[in-house]
Amino acid sequence: MSDTDAGPDGSAASDGGDGWFEVLPTDGPDDETESDEDAALDAAATRVRDGTAASPADWPARAVEAGAAADGAAYYDRLKAATTRATREAVRERERADDAQLIHAVRAMDDAERVANELAERAVEWAGTLFDEVDSGVEGARAIAARDPESDVERRAVSLAARAAALDDERAALAETIARIAPAVAPNLAEMAGPELAARLIALAGGLEPLAKKPSGTVQVLGAEDALFAHLSGRAPSPKHGIIYTHEFVRGTRPEDRGSAARALAGKLALAARADHYAGERRAQLHDDLRERMATIRARADADEPDVAGADDE
Amino acid sequence: MSEPALPGGVERREIDGERRLATRGEPVYGEPTADGWRAWDPERSKLGGMLELGLETGLSGGETVLYLGAASGTTVSHVADFAGPTYAVEFAPRPARDLLNAAASRDRLFPLLKDARKPERYAHVVEADVDAIVQDVATRGQAEVAVRNARFLADDGRLLLAIKARSEDVTAEPDAVFEGALDRLREAYEVLETRRLDRYHEDHLGVVATPK
Repeated sequence: MSDTDAGPDGSAASDGGDGWFEVLPTDGPDDETESDEDAALDAAATRVRDGTAASPADWPARAVEAGAAADGAAYYDRLKAATTRATREAVRERERADDAQLIHAVRAMDDAERVANELAERAVEWAGTLFDEVDSGVEGARAIAARDPESDVERRAVSLAARAAALDDERAALAETIARIAPAVAPNLAEMAGPELAARLIALAGGLEPLAKKPSGTVQVLGAEDALFAHLSGRAPSPKHGIIYTHEFVRGTRPEDRGSAARALAGKLALAARADHYAGERRAQLHDDLRERMATIRARADADEPDVAGADDE
Repeated sequence: MSEPALPGGVERREIDGERRLATRGEPVYGEPTADGWRAWDPERSKLGGMLELGLETGLSGGETVLYLGAASGTTVSHVADFAGPTYAVEFAPRPARDLLNAAASRDRLFPLLKDARKPERYAHVVEADVDAIVQDVATRGQAEVAVRNARFLADDGRLLLAIKARSEDVTAEPDAVFEGALDRLREAYEVLETRRLDRYHEDHLGVVATPK
């Protein structure tokens, strides 16, 4: 936004930037074709979306003066067309990257992974009776899929293995998509949790808005509902963490401090979800606070066993 | 209650057997209509509530308006029915889609997907010296938003502001919240009138102000 900070010189006051219509052609409309008109509208819509000015001005008069519109009425007609197109495009873009899409993507990824593994196991088990040296899992299925079948039965086993490998490719493609759209949907949450965990938290809560409304204690045990209800009916201790266990800050912390780490992480994740839902902007402070808090928690381990930790200092 | 002065283009009409505030235009949110007039529900609109309660809004019809927090276009569609060029700023994409629909049949209603806290992002579009700013944004720092947008308002223009206490601080007493907001507001505006909108909107304060 360097152009909005025009500085203290006097010219900034009289001319606080250019109006949105500066990109419109100034020659008469007679010689314009329809595609010219559309290109001009496109440029104007882009300018409405991306442009800035330090202060407003009498844009209608200026536009007429500059020849971008014949009169006030023509100016407002063009403004109407440009703001409508700009807003429609911006809405469409922002909605395409919405939390519902993210939830579908993460659920589809889990389904693809589960089914790929099941099919791979079946194919591997079958192929083990037909070929020598068959490895297990999806990698085993990939090796089988590369074989040349020599009989009808072999053809079926090899084909099945190929399906499992293709499903695994689909899972990888879905993971890439999640990595791309999660930061657009929830910039703070995606940065703090990583795109996949961010998507899972949103999916478990049923959306970004419901997640933003959950207290941090709920965020902490999302995905551990079985353990939570076992605890509530008096059969088990309270769960320390749900899906956030997959986060390095929890998993990489020694067991006796994991409860603290999970609580601290969940607190910041809840704040990140609220910032994403209600403001939609990156909050650097949140991320700094979490790093500081984690350093404090992990320092406990060093304090407890200074001799051992000294040998392998991070 | 004495009959307050309504802007030109806003009338009390008989709709569904009741005398109700109404403007003339395409219906937007399933409101009842009669003879081309659409009922303006004061319970769904802060500005509607302010008019119904008789605040001196200074609106006479035909003016240029900057509307901050247009949401789905419920209120701003009524404003565009009686006002002149109307700039509608809304930050959230989902309501903005409904706003686009409301704006479709109103050729002087300009929808903008912008953050009202960052006026420099739309100062290249919204003209200077608008006659009125109507503000209904449910974020923290509502007075701050009004102060930042004062640059758009003509010297004799009117700010018509609805302050929602719970957006500032859910735990504080509304009166304390309103006092704090008015203090901030007075740095850029002269406050002409305030009225609690509780009859239609709980814990909201209606404010009429003019630039200092």
